[in-house]
Amino acid sequence: MGSEPIVLGIETSCDETGVGIVRGSTLLADTIASSVEEHARFGGVVPEVASRAHLEAIVPTVERACATAGITLRDVDAIAVTAGPGLAGALMVGVASAKGLALSLGVPLYGVNHLASHVAVDIVEHGPLPEPTMALLVSGGHSSLLLVEDVTEQITSLGSTIDDAAGEAFDKVARVLGLPFPGGPHIDRAAREGQVTIDFPRGLTTGRDLERHRFDFSFSGLKTAVTRWVQAREEAGETVPVADVAASFQEAVVDVLTRKAVRACLERGVEHLQIGGGVAANSRLRALAQSRCEDAGIELRVPRPGLCTDNGAMVAALGAELLRRGRTPSVLDLGTDSSMPVTQITG
Amino acid sequence: MLILGIDTSTSAISAAVSDGCGLAVSRAVLDPRGHTEHLAPTIAAVLAEAAAAPADLCAIAVGVGPGPFTGLRVGLATAVTMGLALGIPVHGIGSLDALALQVAEHHTGEVLVATDARRRETYWARYAVAPGLVDPLTEPAVALPADLPEEARSLPVAGRAALLYPAAFGDPVHDADGQPVLDVDAAAVIALVRQGLASGKALPVQARYLRRPDALTTAERMSR
Ligand SMILES: [Zn+2]
Repeated sequence: MGSEPIVLGIETSCDETGVGIVRGSTLLADTIASSVEEHARFGGVVPEVASRAHLEAIVPTVERACATAGITLRDVDAIAVTAGPGLAGALMVGVASAKGLALSLGVPLYGVNHLASHVAVDIVEHGPLPEPTMALLVSGGHSSLLLVEDVTEQITSLGSTIDDAAGEAFDKVARVLGLPFPGGPHIDRAAREGQVTIDFPRGLTTGRDLERHRFDFSFSGLKTAVTRWVQAREEAGETVPVADVAASFQEAVVDVLTRKAVRACLERGVEHLQIGGGVAANSRLRALAQSRCEDAGIELRVPRPGLCTDNGAMVAALGAELLRRGRTPSVLDLGTDSSMPVTQITG
Repeated sequence: MLILGIDTSTSAISAAVSDGCGLAVSRAVLDPRGHTEHLAPTIAAVLAEAAAAPADLCAIAVGVGPGPFTGLRVGLATAVTMGLALGIPVHGIGSLDALALQVAEHHTGEVLVATDARRRETYWARYAVAPGLVDPLTEPAVALPADLPEEARSLPVAGRAALLYPAAFGDPVHDADGQPVLDVDAAAVIALVRQGLASGKALPVQARYLRRPDALTTAERMSR
């Protein structure tokens, strides 16, 4: 085991500075410095605030990750880094840092796709990735349904959001309900105290919409419906049943997500579904996905919540897989691509 | 003592290596939006030209700005991670100070350094210079060219703002080849680090942004 290569991964595509260290397929460290509290003052992620925080955090985070893993940087055999998609300025801090390390240590550099990393992280959690796998990635930044035939080379996007990301909808509805940012965990908690009493709209699930946007998502109409419903109660002088609204909204989101994901598996003959991204931490999404997958005979894989949100371990995991499969490293003039398509797995 | 110099605060992505006694290599790529792509290859190129390996370096000198944020951070992030990986110190130098030192080779007296801060503004500071010597007369600041003090605007000027806003400023200072001094050369950053270390000055690696992020806090939005 000791002879397996060690890969250090850096993730700075949004507001978390993540550094992960993997030996082979064993996770040695997953260290995060988050600027989320700073962003909370602004009511959302501010790109420039995130970029400044990444620069401040990068050295201490690498140091903490090495200490946790019980290694020194000289033990590292390759560096992996998110090259996109994400916030351009934030990505640049990560890529520049990764190059600084790779150049100094004389080891290969892999610029990788953030979305592919969300899929690859399950290798360090549940072992080798069954291929093909269907991956549902849901967070504040993405809502994607991906057909993964080879996590290092062949990923197809079957669908994505046509407006808001799923996590964004959680944030916006939380604001409407007077719950703090980030909205996901607060809505989940509130929903547990409530009942699904309101039938909010399910975007892109019927008729022509379903034909044209078979595996796409839309959460903007749902968000508007919740806002109108709450406003109507407020204008009528009634108290808003926050827990019930949260539960009903959450049900609408996870119903569409799981329904489309399971349908994609069945239509493409894929027997494994993986869920990743921050919204994968949602307890109702996990429960409904579990029961629908069981009914359909599909194996559900969901990494633990800490590995579903953005982190460095996922980047290290994909880097280790690229190294294991002998893929060509990136060149030193690697750039960033804030809208990197998922079909492009390495930079 | 072999030092690597880095500066990404201007349109030039600049890297240099020098040992302080004869060996001096400096290279720059001009690409105002290409700092991420060009810096590491430029560092690799100066090291190769100096026949040095990263492990031969004793320290890193980096320009800490002010400069357009995104590019500036590329230099800083590269410098601090190289320092960490190589186990060597990283020293920071004000990027406008470095430009002033470049001017000092060709001019004695007071100069204005004024670089492109985008949004039609300039990062600027006044200096008294003489060959090899730089004495800052003001702190670096950011302003519209027309808002600089009259006595500053009439001085000989270095930096890209001289080209961008010729009406607002005095005559550009030219180098030995008759070219205006526009962008930071990492060799000047190294030279200032050597001066600073010799005089026992603290050289913190702290980005100089001079502007706060463009965003209002929820509290500020409410109070409008
Ligand atoms: Zn993500």
